[in-house]
Amino acid sequence: MNTIHDMGGMDGFGPIEPEENEPVFHHRWEGRVYALTRAVGRWGRGREWPNFRYTLESIPPAEYLSMSYYERWFRMMTTRLLVSGLISETELETGYPDAGAPPPELLPASNTGAPGAGLLDMDVPARFGPNDRVRARNLHPRGHTRQPRYVRGRRGTVVEDYGVYALQDTDEDGRRPSDRRPQHVYSVRFEARELWGERGGAREAVYADLWEDYLEPA
Amino acid sequence: MDESEGRPVDRRGFIRDAAVGAAAFAAPGKLMADETESHSHSHEHGHDHDHDHQDVPPDIALRVRALESVLVEKGMVDSAALDEIVDTYENRVGPRNGAEVVAKAWVDSAYRERLLADGTAAIGELGHLGGQGEHMKVVANTPAVHNLVVCTLCSCYPWPTLGLPPVWYKSAPFRARAVIEPRDVLSEFGLDLPEDVEVRVWDSTAEIRYLVLPERPAGTEGMTEEELAEIVTRDSMIGVARVETPSGANPGGDA
Repeated sequence: MNTIHDMGGMDGFGPIEPEENEPVFHHRWEGRVYALTRAVGRWGRGREWPNFRYTLESIPPAEYLSMSYYERWFRMMTTRLLVSGLISETELETGYPDAGAPPPELLPASNTGAPGAGLLDMDVPARFGPNDRVRARNLHPRGHTRQPRYVRGRRGTVVEDYGVYALQDTDEDGRRPSDRRPQHVYSVRFEARELWGERGGAREAVYADLWEDYLEPA
Repeated sequence: MDESEGRPVDRRGFIRDAAVGAAAFAAPGKLMADETESHSHSHEHGHDHDHDHQDVPPDIALRVRALESVLVEKGMVDSAALDEIVDTYENRVGPRNGAEVVAKAWVDSAYRERLLADGTAAIGELGHLGGQGEHMKVVANTPAVHNLVVCTLCSCYPWPTLGLPPVWYKSAPFRARAVIEPRDVLSEFGLDLPEDVEVRVWDSTAEIRYLVLPERPAGTEGMTEEELAEIVTRDSMIGVARVETPSGANPGGDA
């Protein structure tokens, strides 16, 4: 989806502000959000939770920018728990389980559920190979995609075939295709001038990792 | 991103509404009175909070505590398991792992070769693979090429070798600027590269995670692998810094 998370190439955000001796978590609640997000993951099995990144990206842009990183994670996690009925709004508000509510059950992973993100041990033919000239297709899906906007329509060169991965894109409801769409992921080099015109540095390039569906021969 | 108001409420609309609503209502009730957590309150809780808190800016710390509390009560998570996850990333997994990889590559040219050819396998030799670092690509800085890692879409970062990312790495300025004006970004970090050095920016858009192999600084010839690991910084493995010759070392000397 074309929203604020896709930040590559934007102006106006100001300087980068590194912090000396930064703690891993700045507040106790940040660590709890991180840990809770990981710990509740198994409750999503069989419940067709909307995709993690889709849910983050669905936060309206103005709010997204006003929230800290772990506030977004908290929103994402509570959204998923709420839409799957694992918690109620009252429970979230009060911190106490609703009286009489049946305890939630762990479900087996469904065969049609979201597959993992790892390298697949599958023999899928590769459409491209190193040194092939490619163009990033001009795609604007309503769901989650890993094709950043700044490469769309731009030409690059395949530098490496990373192997076969499940496509991570979702539909407009945040669900990934059940057939996983296994395909090659390529490291594609884009010259800065191709991406940014005259503003791009002559001796600069951006490498993006792109699923085969994002590419066409150039 | 918005859709026409005439569209019937569908699942997508429901999710979006929930995403917006989750922030709006979640102010804490009287939960915090019993944060020491016993189970003695299980009969009356949920009934004694006031309902006038909608206007109060919700305090995220209290909302998170409320969520943890209800999930624990419902048997969905275990607080000790949460402590364990926090402890892992606060105390056990961090850039020391990546530094170990870099130092080994500096002293062992065969390892360096394996590392650049197959980062996953070579990092696996040291046991530093795992979630958000299953598939690793290591890119080497040289006098002619400087590498910089970013995730423009979110916050992808090699957790097993670098730990969790610093705030600036996840921030809008870095995500927005690293790809379009990398030299300016590096300058802000105090790294001014000569014009003839090529800058390669790696946007972690898929499932591969990146680690920069910085150049070994001059004057470190006499240092052991362990000593070298001590001088490798997190920032040098993201690509926003060089590894500096430690003071007391003898650049160009006979070490």
